[in-house]
Amino acid sequence: MSLSTAGTPLLTAQSLGLVRGGRELFCELSVEVHGGQLWHIEGPNGAGKTSLLRILCGLSRYGFEGEVLRSVTPLYLGHQPAVKALLSPRENLQWHVSGEGLYRDERIDIALGRVGLCGYEDVPSHTLSAGQHRRVNLARLFLSSARLWLLDEPFTAIDQQGVNETQSLLASHVDGGGAVVMTSHQSLQVKCKVHTLSLRHGVIA
Amino acid sequence: MSAPHTGQFCVLLLRRQLLLAMRRPIDIANPLLFFTMVIVLFPLGLGPAPDKLASFAPGVLWITALLSNLLTSDAVFRSDFDDGSLEQLILAPQPLFLSALAYISAHWLTTGLLLALLSPVFALMLNLPGSALVTLVVSLLLGTAVLSLLGGIGAALTVGLKRGGMLISLLILPLYMPVLIFGSAAVQAAVTGAPSGPYLAILGAMLSLAIALAPLAIAAGLRISIDA
Repeated sequence: MSLSTAGTPLLTAQSLGLVRGGRELFCELSVEVHGGQLWHIEGPNGAGKTSLLRILCGLSRYGFEGEVLRSVTPLYLGHQPAVKALLSPRENLQWHVSGEGLYRDERIDIALGRVGLCGYEDVPSHTLSAGQHRRVNLARLFLSSARLWLLDEPFTAIDQQGVNETQSLLASHVDGGGAVVMTSHQSLQVKCKVHTLSLRHGVIA
Repeated sequence: MSAPHTGQFCVLLLRRQLLLAMRRPIDIANPLLFFTMVIVLFPLGLGPAPDKLASFAPGVLWITALLSNLLTSDAVFRSDFDDGSLEQLILAPQPLFLSALAYISAHWLTTGLLLALLSPVFALMLNLPGSALVTLVVSLLLGTAVLSLLGGIGAALTVGLKRGGMLISLLILPLYMPVLIFGSAAVQAAVTGAPSGPYLAILGAMLSLAIALAPLAIAAGLRISIDA
């Protein structure tokens, strides 16, 4: 895996089309995601935001039209936090199944501190709340070296302060040459430019 | 920060799965308890005549081992599917079939291995001749590993279904049959004094084939289940 140059897009989607249950969610959707861009996919419930994100990250491989090219390995955070209740937050990050890296304890401590889980590093995760599970998952953003982040509703169950901190993290990732593609029902208040992809009634705005 | 090598990642997954199993000891104990209870039921149903029991013992032990394996194979990927870990595993840069092999190894270490090591105790309860004990343990060691690998295929294909338990039995029981035939035949041969080597060799061959092919099938099954 080599780092792509600034000119080549991190992610290219060509004329994507998806039909679910007889309804066309989107068609002829083409997008190029370059480093330094933040893409916000918006649309009402059932508009196909999650389906689109799953196609972009490679979890959905069949049943849609078009082509997706990824020049880097993306970091994908889905609806479910992928946090094991039987493991502590530290173990969850240390032994994460995403195979991204082997992290030292200090780095994990820092990442958990940044998401407000200082003091919770070694308690079993089943004693944590749903929001704290999501925060453990968000801590991966601080550890990851992936340039492309695909985030599905990253603010769900996160309190207002956490949302603000996550948004500034996204902005700094984009400033550092990374790219973010995310879905959210909340409006983004970030300092960088937000590219919006609207999925409404099968029409690309 | 570079991604861990494939080997490192497999060891990491194996340790993770083993730790998760240790944190829920009831999951390790369940198949063993099932094995115990069923074995105890046979003398009650068939009558306690030692000769009769001894002649049934190889088949009874093997069928019970097979059923207790079937009982647990549904759970290999279940919790990872429910909490979203499976999506992350599929997106990992390391090859999925080797990750799947790590999961199956952990499953075998916490089910088949323990069951094979405990089986002599139950064999004595059923009056299996002492000369057949070694063959029993070896045949179960080889056989349960094949069963875990085959069960993994069924688990991968049905993990997306809410009630996959019945379907998994239908899917993989036909594949279990050759293992049962040669496994119990090996023990039977040892009981009668015939060489059990050829049967064990066939079980070994089945294991080699299953190690080579099952992980690929499991990986494909997992991708399909996540995609659906």
